Amino acid sequence: MENIILRMENVRKEFPGVVAINNVHLNVYDGKIMALLGENGAGKSTLVKVMTGVYKRTSGDIYYKGEPVEFKGPKESQEAGIAIIHQELNLINELSIAENIFIGREFKNKFGRIDWKKTYIEAEKLLNEVGLNENPKEIVGALSIGKQQLVEIAKALSLNAKLIVLDEPTDALTDKETESLFKVMRKLREDGKSMVYISHRLEEIFEICDDVTILRDGEFIKEEKIENLTKDKMIELMVGRKLEEQFPKINHKFGKTIFQAVNLENKYLKDVSFGIKEGEILGIAGLMGAGRTELAKTIYGVYKLKYGKLILDDKEISINNPKDAINKKIAYVSEDRKKDGLILSLSVKENIHISALKNIEGKLGYLDRKKEKEDAQEYIDSMSIKTPSMNQKVKNLSGGNQQKVAIAKSLITNPKLLILDEPTRGVDVGAKKEIYDLINEYKKQGMSILMISSEIPEILGMSDRIIVMHEGRIAGELSIKEATQEKIMSLAVGEQVI
Amino acid sequence: MNKKNKELLMKYKSVIGLIVFSLIIAVLNDRFLTVSNILNVFKQTSINSVIAAGMTFIILTGGIDLSVGSTLALSGAIAASLLASGTPMIVAVISAILLGAFIGFLNGIIIAKGKVQPFIATLAMMTIIRGVTLIFTNGRPISTGDFSGAEIFSFIGSGKVFGIPFPIIITIVVFAIAYYILKNTSLGRYVYALGGNEEATKLSGINVMQVKYKAYAISGALAAVAGLIVTARLSSAQPQAGSGYELDAIAAVVLGGTSLAGGKGGVIGTIIGALIIGILNNALNLMDVTSYYQLLIKGIVILVAVLIDRDSE
Ligand SMILES: Nc1ncnc2c1ncn2[C@@H]1O[C@H](COP(=O)(O)OP(=O)(O)OP(=O)(O)O)[C@@H](O)[C@H]1O
Ligand SMILES: [Mg+2]
Repeated sequence: MENIILRMENVRKEFPGVVAINNVHLNVYDGKIMALLGENGAGKSTLVKVMTGVYKRTSGDIYYKGEPVEFKGPKESQEAGIAIIHQELNLINELSIAENIFIGREFKNKFGRIDWKKTYIEAEKLLNEVGLNENPKEIVGALSIGKQQLVEIAKALSLNAKLIVLDEPTDALTDKETESLFKVMRKLREDGKSMVYISHRLEEIFEICDDVTILRDGEFIKEEKIENLTKDKMIELMVGRKLEEQFPKINHKFGKTIFQAVNLENKYLKDVSFGIKEGEILGIAGLMGAGRTELAKTIYGVYKLKYGKLILDDKEISINNPKDAINKKIAYVSEDRKKDGLILSLSVKENIHISALKNIEGKLGYLDRKKEKEDAQEYIDSMSIKTPSMNQKVKNLSGGNQQKVAIAKSLITNPKLLILDEPTRGVDVGAKKEIYDLINEYKKQGMSILMISSEIPEILGMSDRIIVMHEGRIAGELSIKEATQEKIMSLAVGEQVI
Repeated sequence: MNKKNKELLMKYKSVIGLIVFSLIIAVLNDRFLTVSNILNVFKQTSINSVIAAGMTFIILTGGIDLSVGSTLALSGAIAASLLASGTPMIVAVISAILLGAFIGFLNGIIIAKGKVQPFIATLAMMTIIRGVTLIFTNGRPISTGDFSGAEIFSFIGSGKVFGIPFPIIITIVVFAIAYYILKNTSLGRYVYALGGNEEATKLSGINVMQVKYKAYAISGALAAVAGLIVTARLSSAQPQAGSGYELDAIAAVVLGGTSLAGGKGGVIGTIIGALIIGILNNALNLMDVTSYYQLLIKGIVILVAVLIDRDSE
């Protein structure tokens, strides 16, 4: 039997009105990577937060290195050698890499002055260890998310962590960044560190993990060695049933061209033109920084156009802000739901309605509460949003369910053109399929959908046509028949494809 | 105690706090719990309450309005001088309120369009409006004069309906409207959204600037209403009226549980906050505590109340 560094037994955590996890077990083995799997809201984040003392457990036991422990907060667990890297990174953007790593534990000389020389040398060593080729004086805000992720790991190493928890670290990473993260994780494993790894990307689990623990609806389902599992088996355990075909393609006749972008040009875009028909899904592929989100935000009125026209229903339209866009029946679901998409302090119901309050406005501006509830319930049901009530604050939902609320909030404005920016980021397999089905449903009704995605299988599986962007330009267009992963990638990196 | 009860207790803790606080004072001083004294407390609280109702809107958006005290003074002065020059009362009252709303609207423009921090923008406005008031009044009180409707005007400050002082009725109406707006209208929803996440609110297709204009205009208009009450009560407008009132209003809002970061809270809490301050003032007066000690005690009570509130989160 392998050595267990951390063991959680019969752990239960209640929030007001919700049992987030119940009777959960988790073993973390010495020098191994344990995957923690489950659908959105299964309780993964809650479990690791209980482990590190961010939340106080309602009941259950935790043993660390054989001893029962009761961490009062993340600082205590950190001192004991457990580091957690939350999905929302905890770095301070305005400070340098080195300052971030040693924050609160600065090297000081005997007069209390910070010893910068030592700070930078030590930081440099740690960066080498995680394979990050950056100057420790670089400001963290200037780094890509992938590199920031590595800074977090460097910080964990500087704390001499024995156990590192990574909560959906690859959510926003490019493939290359993910690869370098895995390289670091393998090296750490060789050095004898243990890890807990949370992700919805099942392929990654096979690539990097040794064991798997599966949760469903807050309950412990199974612990299994990775060798004894297949992807389908994993999904079945997570979802509780078999899933059919992930991308049920709908073939139907498109309507007329409803929207056209003509020669769009601004700080981010160079001569971008395309059209989209009623009932068509146009996929936009490209690497991070190719200008896809900027294109979406330009159409949506967040960024100003320098040249170019937007044509809707054969008429040129001018859009100066998101309000104009929504009035013209263009909706946008942001890739960054916490920052741009949702108002976390408001309830599920209030978020769903925020862009469409005028639909329920009556005399004296009185909001029709009954209709508000009915509409919200309709979306909660049709999208299976998991929430104890529509009055729950969105802040308290799991990541994937937040994403569904963000999509519902756009759909309720009844758009003709729906722009989805990474619509399934952080969403579990089952819910992904629900979102795909929903997109297809709206497609059938004639909605035009512009879908930006970094997941190539998703682009290939859902789109009717694909445009690939590179450095603010359209590098090429592919019909779904000719499109392959290779062709998309070579256009994305700027190579010409015939 | 089971969980349901505990939740209920949390929800109404400020009301419970207010009652317990009042009972303690009632035990300490037998003059406190009389009908006339209670009405007196409500009456004296009304000015701060009305200002604090407007301040609640601002703080919910994540802003602050330091200019309310000055706005109170200028609106009062304008009303008094209009009345003294024989303008019909209704015109004078409406002009004062519109002036207050306009000053608030200017704050909104400077903050939303000029992208100036609310603290700085309204600090400057506070100074400017106080200056304008002093210039306008020449630094001397303006009497409302012996115009024909003088009695009706002073009714605003000291009249009674069925034995209830008129300022209390104004306060109740103001809070009812404020509650209605925040709870039941789009504007209310946008105020909370803006305080919760400005960027996401903008991207949700909401004209954030307009929400700010409206919130600051409401705050200015309510400061003017408070100015009318003060002026009517004294039958004259004082150039230094309202100095420091912004701080009492902010204290009432924060005591009522509205977060200075925005997005959380409401006017019900604000009434309770204003009453706590009002009762405290009243009790200290009844017990003949000297004004120096009054300040000290008031500050400590505010601090303790906010700390208790924060702890229970
Ligand atoms: N602070 C909280 N208050 C109330 N409920 C909460 C809170 N945090 C989590 N929950 C609830 O607990 C359940 C588990 O949430 P958790 O965030 O652990 O899910 P998850 O497995 O990490 O999901 P995801 O993959 O979507 O991130 C959800 O139903 C969620 O709504
Ligand atoms: Mg999670």
